[in-house]
Amino acid sequence: MKFAFFAGCKIPYYLKHYESASRAVLRALDIELVDIEFTCCGYPIRSYDFFSFILSAARNFAIAEKHDLNILTPCKCCFGSLKHADHFLRKNDKLKKHIQSFLQEEDLIWEGRSEVKHLLTVLTDDVGIDKIRTRIKHPVKGLKIAASYGCHALRPDDIVNFDNPLAPTIFENLVGATGAESVDWSKRLDCCGNPLWGKNNPLSLDLMQKKLVSAHQAGADLLCSSCTYCQIQFDSVQNSELSQIKKNDPGPMPSVLYPQLLGFSMGLGEKQLGLDANEIEISALLKA
Amino acid sequence: MANFFTIAFYLSSAICIVGIVYRIWTWVHIRIGPEAEIFSIRQRIASAIKGFLFTLLGFRLLTFLKVLILHVIFQARIFKGNFKVLRLSMHLLVFTGFLLLLLMHALEEQVTEVFFSDYASTLNPFMFLRNLFGAMVLLGLAMAWFRRKRVKIIQKTTNTADVYAIVILVVIMTSGFLLESVKIISSSVFDQMVEDYTGLEEPEEVNPLKLYWAREFSVVFPDLADTGDQALFEEGMDLHEENCMDCHTRPQWAFVSYPVSRFISPVAITLNKIKADVWLWYIHVLACFFGLAYLPFSKFFHIIAGTVSLLGNGVAVKTRNDSVNAATLRAVALDACTHCGTCSLHCSVAPVFQQIQNRNILPSEKLITLKRVASGKSLPEAPLKSFQEGSFICTMCFRCTDVCPVGINLQDLWDASKKDLIANGLPEPFILTRDTYTSKWADSLTDHDTTIYLDGGSTPGHLMLSNQAGTFSVCFKCRTCTNACPVVANYENPEAVLGMTPHQIMHSLSLGLGEMILGSRMIWDCTTCYLCQQHCPQGVRITDIFFELKNLAHEKFGEKGMSMKHRARNIKEITS
Repeated sequence: MKFAFFAGCKIPYYLKHYESASRAVLRALDIELVDIEFTCCGYPIRSYDFFSFILSAARNFAIAEKHDLNILTPCKCCFGSLKHADHFLRKNDKLKKHIQSFLQEEDLIWEGRSEVKHLLTVLTDDVGIDKIRTRIKHPVKGLKIAASYGCHALRPDDIVNFDNPLAPTIFENLVGATGAESVDWSKRLDCCGNPLWGKNNPLSLDLMQKKLVSAHQAGADLLCSSCTYCQIQFDSVQNSELSQIKKNDPGPMPSVLYPQLLGFSMGLGEKQLGLDANEIEISALLKA
Repeated sequence: MANFFTIAFYLSSAICIVGIVYRIWTWVHIRIGPEAEIFSIRQRIASAIKGFLFTLLGFRLLTFLKVLILHVIFQARIFKGNFKVLRLSMHLLVFTGFLLLLLMHALEEQVTEVFFSDYASTLNPFMFLRNLFGAMVLLGLAMAWFRRKRVKIIQKTTNTADVYAIVILVVIMTSGFLLESVKIISSSVFDQMVEDYTGLEEPEEVNPLKLYWAREFSVVFPDLADTGDQALFEEGMDLHEENCMDCHTRPQWAFVSYPVSRFISPVAITLNKIKADVWLWYIHVLACFFGLAYLPFSKFFHIIAGTVSLLGNGVAVKTRNDSVNAATLRAVALDACTHCGTCSLHCSVAPVFQQIQNRNILPSEKLITLKRVASGKSLPEAPLKSFQEGSFICTMCFRCTDVCPVGINLQDLWDASKKDLIANGLPEPFILTRDTYTSKWADSLTDHDTTIYLDGGSTPGHLMLSNQAGTFSVCFKCRTCTNACPVVANYENPEAVLGMTPHQIMHSLSLGLGEMILGSRMIWDCTTCYLCQQHCPQGVRITDIFFELKNLAHEKFGEKGMSMKHRARNIKEITS
């Protein structure tokens, strides 16, 4: 099965190991990724200018359509943004015409033939948990994982259509396939705080802190994310702001990217999984 | 002519050298990025020299040589971007063609004659090679012109500096070819040569040679009637072999100039009369010297700055802790940019430029503005705001840095210039708009006795979620949204901090208090987690409405001339 790989803007510079780990895992599970030069998904500009957001997203779909491919992205914010744009374009003919007039300048056209899928969905639906289980060589038994869902893939469900928005299971099932145990934690569906990073840092840290405490209280060894922005928040931001978020501090809560966890349990090379690239060491995984 | 040549040469060389020194001086002088403020000019010079010497004497010499050969000379980095074959051939044609012309033709006395004692510009292979090199340059320039005309973003961003660079070379090359063409057919040049190099004086003596040169070398004589006299021709041939042959190959070898000379031969007599060969020589020489004098101030300065940029970024500052040289390389970057536009072709936010017509969204254009900002010239408010908007629309995706053929670390440049903007009170527009609105409405939102003026007017735009009753009037104020909101839950007294909570905002919308809501921290502190919208029992699109309200705030702010948004097309028709 083939997908156009949509890394988004942040991964190539800030989170290279998310890309390399995703590629390694998908290759091992017989998913072929095609590299196409996409542009921004539109998410960062959405607060500023609606049409720029839609055009950015639509352009990516149009390019994928040209190649007759669906899009696979490991980023939940890219996923949500593309899903929203797709929804608005389908619902609003005038909007579609307006956007089309800009796409035409580049000989592109949006017909809605390509869809976007998140990495977790591809692993669950296109690969299948059973197939994943057969590939596990080194089950990480005893490792307690707090799987963090990431808002923009989960909600609103009428647009993103990812999983049950109130009681999702997709992430825990995937974590379970690696042999790890998913802890039940109260903040698993909450915001990581990253959308406010750089805009309202105290609030951004407050929101993250609540998640970290919740994960600690549930006895998790590691957070697990499958979103570019969540991971930047849990890893880089947590690391740089550790001294600031000390109140009730139970110490750092490292975050592993799902493909790192899966790849590790599949016995893939540590280098391609970038296990040493996390700013807060994920030593619990390496010991498992 | 000789005097003029000498004076022009020394004058233009002097200007060129002074210009180069000045430009290099700016490299240690211009400050971009907060840490650049710390380092003195002396520190920067010392650090640059130290870095250079360490590279040459240390183990990084190999990297240095690799970058020099692969990236500086063969431009391997061009293979990182689109149109790679076109761009690489374009560069190699212009660069090698011009360099060889410079060495073989312009510096004939200093170079060619040293290596070839029997050199004459009208002998082969030199005559042929001069045409070949010139044709290479012209072909490269044609490709550059084609690219600038045909590739959309490149076409939109082509500026006078780009046009100058192409035009000056075209003028030099075509004036050279035309000069040669005119000289091929010129009888006065022939007469002058006969006077200088033969002992022939009487017209009867010269006539056979004229006949021979008219037939074999295509010179056009005003007073020569070719009667087909074979004996005369053979006499001319003898004279030719005796006097001319050592220095003259047949002009057909000038494969560009010769066809041109055939084309203009009908007006050869007129050209002679107006002394075309003289003024073409002046044009050719003047264009060359003008190009030389203006080199440090034109795109051609990338020959020096681009080399420094490639070597510097390729060798010296791979390690991130060399912040002194990093500061210097940022200044070099401003001169190294060739404005090739490859970065803008690959820019992740280029589609935004189609909507918001702000050139500073595109990296190649932002760099030009940054150059103005960094040089210390005080910029008027409008371009400064446009620079600010463009700077913060950038998502720092690294792609421009990845494809830059002169190896500029653009990512580092944007990072530093954004910090400078923030330090100068020009933060990202989100913060500026938020702070303007929230401070304006702060009192009225927290003091419930203040009279609030109803303002139902909203600019048309977007999906019109925020001013179409149908989207929020179904709200029956159950507060589920507010109860679900993690931001509301973060504060003991949310209204004091946020002004309004989500359900109050929906309520205010139905009262037409759109303008007032823009001043509520709630919409600006929204994490966009969609918990409110997901939980709303009535299906109100709360988060989407918040997004739209923020858009409206930016737009209204723009109406006050604070933001530089220029819509590409009228949006009224979509939403009405």
